Amino acid sequence: MADVQKIEPDSVFAKAVKEGLLAGALAFGLFFLIVGFRTDQNIRNELVLNQRWGLLAIFVLVAGIGRFLLTAYITPWSEARSKNKRAAVEKEQSAFRKSFPKIGLGLLLIYPFLVILILWAYNGSIMGGLQGSLKYVDNFGIQILIYVMLAWGLNIVVGLAGLLDLGYVAFYAVGAYSYALLSTHFGLSFWLLLPMAGIFAALWGIMLGFPVLRLRGDYLAIVTLAFGEIIRLVLINWTVVTKGTFGISGIAKATLFGIPFTPGPTGFAALLGLPNSGVYYKIFLYYLILLLALLTAWVTIRLRRMPIGRAWEALREDEIACRSLGINTTTTKLTAFATGAMFGGFAGSFFAARQGFVSPESFVFLESAIILAIVVLGGMGSLVGIAIAAAVMIGGTELLRELEFLKRIFGPDFTPELYRMLLFGLAMIVVMVWKPRGFVGNREPSAFLHKRKMVSSEFTKEGHG
Amino acid sequence: MVSEVQNNPTAILRVERLSMKFGGLIAINDLNFEARRGAITALIGPNGAGKTTVFNCITGFYKPTEGMLTMTRQNGEEYLLERMADFVITKKAKVARTFQNIRLFSGLTVLENLLVAQHNPLMLSSGFTILGLLGLPTYKKAASDAIEKARFWLDKINLVERADDPAGDLPYGAQRRLEIARAMCTDPELLCLDEPAAGLNARESAELNKLLLDIRDETGTSILLIEHDMSVVMEISDHVVVLEYGTKISDGTPETVKNDPKVIAAYLGVEDEEVVELIEQAEAAGVDDITAAVDLLSTEALHEIEEAHPDMAPATLIPSAPAKVRRARATAAKKPVVKSVTDKTAAKPAAASTVKSKPINPAAKSLVAIKPGATANALAEPRGGKADKLIIIKGIGPVNERKLNEHGIFHFDQIAAWKKADIIAAEAYLAFDGRIAREDWIGQAKKLAKQSQVTPAPKKTRGAK
Amino acid sequence: MSEKQALLSVEGVETYYGNIRALSGVTVHADPGEIVALIGANGAGKSTLMMTIFGMPRARTGRVIFDGKDITQLPTHEIARLRIAQSPEGRRIFPRMTVQENLQMGASLDKLEYFDEDSRMVFDLFPRLKERINQRGGTLSGGEQQMLAIGRALMARPRLLLLDEPSLGLAPLIIKHIFEAIKELNKTTGLTVFLVEQNAFGALKLADRGYVMVNGIVTMSGSSAELLANPEVRAAYLEGGRH
Repeated sequence: MADVQKIEPDSVFAKAVKEGLLAGALAFGLFFLIVGFRTDQNIRNELVLNQRWGLLAIFVLVAGIGRFLLTAYITPWSEARSKNKRAAVEKEQSAFRKSFPKIGLGLLLIYPFLVILILWAYNGSIMGGLQGSLKYVDNFGIQILIYVMLAWGLNIVVGLAGLLDLGYVAFYAVGAYSYALLSTHFGLSFWLLLPMAGIFAALWGIMLGFPVLRLRGDYLAIVTLAFGEIIRLVLINWTVVTKGTFGISGIAKATLFGIPFTPGPTGFAALLGLPNSGVYYKIFLYYLILLLALLTAWVTIRLRRMPIGRAWEALREDEIACRSLGINTTTTKLTAFATGAMFGGFAGSFFAARQGFVSPESFVFLESAIILAIVVLGGMGSLVGIAIAAAVMIGGTELLRELEFLKRIFGPDFTPELYRMLLFGLAMIVVMVWKPRGFVGNREPSAFLHKRKMVSSEFTKEGHG
Repeated sequence: MVSEVQNNPTAILRVERLSMKFGGLIAINDLNFEARRGAITALIGPNGAGKTTVFNCITGFYKPTEGMLTMTRQNGEEYLLERMADFVITKKAKVARTFQNIRLFSGLTVLENLLVAQHNPLMLSSGFTILGLLGLPTYKKAASDAIEKARFWLDKINLVERADDPAGDLPYGAQRRLEIARAMCTDPELLCLDEPAAGLNARESAELNKLLLDIRDETGTSILLIEHDMSVVMEISDHVVVLEYGTKISDGTPETVKNDPKVIAAYLGVEDEEVVELIEQAEAAGVDDITAAVDLLSTEALHEIEEAHPDMAPATLIPSAPAKVRRARATAAKKPVVKSVTDKTAAKPAAASTVKSKPINPAAKSLVAIKPGATANALAEPRGGKADKLIIIKGIGPVNERKLNEHGIFHFDQIAAWKKADIIAAEAYLAFDGRIAREDWIGQAKKLAKQSQVTPAPKKTRGAK
Repeated sequence: MSEKQALLSVEGVETYYGNIRALSGVTVHADPGEIVALIGANGAGKSTLMMTIFGMPRARTGRVIFDGKDITQLPTHEIARLRIAQSPEGRRIFPRMTVQENLQMGASLDKLEYFDEDSRMVFDLFPRLKERINQRGGTLSGGEQQMLAIGRALMARPRLLLLDEPSLGLAPLIIKHIFEAIKELNKTTGLTVFLVEQNAFGALKLADRGYVMVNGIVTMSGSSAELLANPEVRAAYLEGGRH
C-alpha cells in the first residue's frame, strides 16, 4: 500500500484561519449592500444614501472570527468531549434523569406560591406580590400547562399510535365550544360540562377516525388538516349558533365546590377573609389545569402498560404485523383518535372557562402546528420531553414579550413579539439538528423481565400514519 | 401428540380450487392441497411460483379470486378463511403467520413483542381497558400470566437474556426465531412460516429444525412452511407440496417429491444428464434417494479442491476414522481416489437422538451425520459402548451433549484432558464464546472423571452441581 | 500481500452503531479479478462491513482504499461513481418503479448508454425478470426482488461488485445459476466480487479466497480450499445443518 495517496489533513489552525477568512468574505459579499448602505428620507423628502461601514465591519468580523473559533476550538473540543463521555457520563445522567420528573412535579406544585413569595420579597408588600404574580401564573404557568396537556393528548395519536394528525386543534375547539354553548344556553356548571366536553370531542374523534382509517402518511395528514379547517369554518359561518367571528363571550367561570371567584361577599376571598384580588382565580385555574395535565399523563402511563397501549405502539411499528397477530387495527386506531381527542376536549373546556370568551380565531391551523411541533421537539412518545418542549417553546415566546432591553439595542421601533415566530422556527431547526428525535428520543419499555432498559431511538419508528 | 398424526388424518386446512389473479397476472391457478393436523407441510417451488401468495390468501391478506380455504379447528369448528378479515383469522380461526422479510416491532423490546401477540386475551381480561385502568386484580393476574407465557417461549428460543433489548437490536437469526415465538403466543392451531430459514447458516437452520419439531410435538400445532433450504424441508416435513407458476406439480412425502423428475428439473437444480449420472452412481452405491446423491456432488467438489491443492490434504487434519463404506463406493464410481475428507464419522448415539419422532429418510440421515472430531482426543465410539452422562457437567444441556457426542466426545476424562485449542474448537461448534472456561467444564469434568473411576457407572450425582 | 496492488483494501476499520462497536480492526482485501467470500454467523458484522465500504455508516478508524484512492471519507454517491456496485442486505429495490425502471436506475451512471446490451445480459441471467419487466418492483416475490437487486447492481458495469447474501430466499436452481453467472462474469470481464454469504459452502466453492468473521473481528483467512478443509470452519459453518 505504498503508493496510496496520502490525504493528510491540514493542521486545525490553518484550516480554521482559512475558513474564517472565507466566512468573512462571504459575510462581506452578503451584507455589503444590505448593511453597508441604508437609504433614508431627509427632511425635504429626498432619498439619501447613508454609508455604514462600521456596522458592516462588525458583521464581517463576527462572521469571520466566529467561524474561526468554531473550527479551531469549539468543534475539536465538542468532538473530544463526546468521544470521552460516551460510556461514563451516561450513568450519571440517568440518575439525574430518573429524579427529574419528580423534581419537576414538585416545582410545578409550589410554583404559584414560589412566585408570590419572590415578588413579595422583591416588592415588600403582600399585595404587590399577589398582583405581580398574576402575570407569571397566568401567562407562563397556565399557558404552558395548556400546551403541555394538548401536546400530551396529541402524543397519544402521533407519538404512540404513529398517526400524523394535523387537525388536532379541532378537538380543542369542540371542547371549548361545547362548554361555551352549553353553559351560556343551559347554565350547566363547569364540573358537569368538563367530562361532557371530553366525550363530545371523543365522539368527533371517532367521526374523524372512520373515514380516514384507510389513509396513511401524507394522505392522513392532509385529511386531518382539512378536518381542522372544516370545524373552524363551520364555527365562523354557523352564525346562528356560534355567533361567527364575534365569538361567544360572558362564559361562566369555574367554581371551587360551588364557591365562585367573585369580589362579592359570597366570593372566595371574602369567605376566607383574604384581600380582594383576581389572582386567586388564576391560582385556582393553575391547579385545575395542572390536575388535568397530570390526569392526561397518568392515563397515558397506565394505558401504555395495557394491551391497548401496546397495540398502539405496535401499530406505529408495523401495522401488517399487528393484523397478523389478530389485532383489530380499525378499533385500535379509533381508540387512539378518541382518547387523544378527549384530552383535547378537556383542555378546550378549560380554555373557555379561563378566557370567558371563545372565537374561531383561537383555533387556527397554526395552533395545531405548534402542538405538533411540541410533540416532535419533545420526542414522540416521551411525556417528560414533551413537557420540556412546551415549556421552552411557549415559555420562550412569552418571554420574548418581556425583553424590553432589546429595544435599547435595536432601536425603539423594535418589537420583539414580531420576531416570535422567526425565533420559534429557528429554535426548532436548531433542536432538530442537534437532536433529530427530540429532547427525549429514547423509549421506555412498558414491561420488563430483568431490567428496564431504555430503547434507543435508532430502533423506534415514527409510524406511517 | 405425534400419535395423533396417525390417528387423526383429517385435514386441518383444505385448499380447494384456489385461484388468485392480479390484473392479467395469474399468481395461483386452480390449486388444491391439504395440510394434515399435527403435521409439517412444506410448500416449495421456484421463485415467483406463488407460494407467498398462497400464504397471503390463507391468512386473509389477499382475497382469493376463486376457491375455498377451509380451516378445521381442534374443536371441530370450521372456518372459511377466504371470507374472513385477516385479524379475525388469527383471532378466531387460530392461524398465525410469519413474514419473509421479518416484521418485528423493532422499537419494542423482545418481551413486548410477545405481549402484543397476546393482545386479544389480555384485552378481555382487562375488561377492554376499563377494568385494567382501574387497577383490578384480574388484569394484574392476566398480565403476569402473559409475561410467564412470554418467558416460556423466550426460553424455547434461547432469548431469555435478551428479553429487555429492542427487537431490532437482535441478530438476524434471533429475529427469525422471535418472530416464530411471537406467532406462537397467539396460540395458533396452524402456524404458517414464510421462509423461516432464509439467511440462517447451517447451524442456525439445524436449531430451527429442532424448534419446529418441538412446536409440532409439544403443542400439537400444525405447521405450513415455505422454504428453499432443503436441509430444513426434507428433514422435518411430513408432506411436501411443490408449486410452479401457480400450479401444483408434485405433492407427497419428501422422498417421493425429491425423486420426482419434474421437481428436480424445475426446482432442485441438477441438470438432466447430471441427474442420470447421479442416479446411476447412487444405485451403484445402493443409495436410493437423490438428495443423498446430490450431497455427493459437494463431496466431489471437495475432492476436486483437494486434488488442486495436494499440499494440504484435509484428510490429515481430521483424526482418522473408518470411511463409510457406502459413501466410499459411491464416490469410487466417479473418482478412483478415495480420501476420507467428508468422511462422515457415523456417530451412532447422535443419529439415535436426533429426530426420533419421524424417521423420514434413514438413508439420507446416516449419510448426513458428518461430524469429524474437531478436538484432538475425539473417539469414534464411546468406550465400552457406553457414554458418560455429560449433562451432569453444569452448563451442558441435552443439545450440547448430543453435539459433543457427534464430535466424538463421550467421556468426562476427554473433556478433562482438553487443551486450549480443543476448547476453541469445541466452542466453535457449540457456538459458545468463553462459556467453557467461565463455567469451568474442565474442572467439573476432572472431578467427575475421578468419581467415575471410583464408581464405574456414573449416576446422576447431585453433588456435582 | 500480493505483488499486484489490491483493488479494494480495508485496513483496520472500526465501525460503531451509536456506542456499540460493530467492527473492530477489520483488515481485508480483494485483488483485481478475484472473488472473495466473507462468511460468519448472523450478527458477526458482515453486512456492516459491506455498508462501511460504502460509507454508511462511516468507519470511525481505519481506512478503506479502492484502486489506490482513500475512499473512507468519500460521500456514498461518489463511492458508487467509482464503479463499486452493491446488492445490499434487504434488497432495497425501488418498490414503486417497474423492473425496467429499476434496472435503468442501476444503469444511470452511464446515462443508459449500454442499457440494451446490459439488460439483455441481466435477462439472460434471470429470465424471470424479463417476464415481469413492466411489473412494479414491490409486487415481485421475494426471490424475484433478490434477482432484481443483483441485476440492478450489474447494470452499473461495476469494477467491484459487493453482494450481500445473493442466495437469500432463492430456489436452489437459481442459486446455482447466480453463482455460475458470477463465476462467468469474473472469468470473462475480470470483475472483482466481494460477497457475504450464509451459504458458506456455496460461497467458498465459488470464491478464490475467504475470510471468517466472528463478532466483528476477522478470525481466519485463507484460500477457499484451506477454509473448506479447516475443521473449525467446517464445524462452525458447513456442517451444523447436516445431522
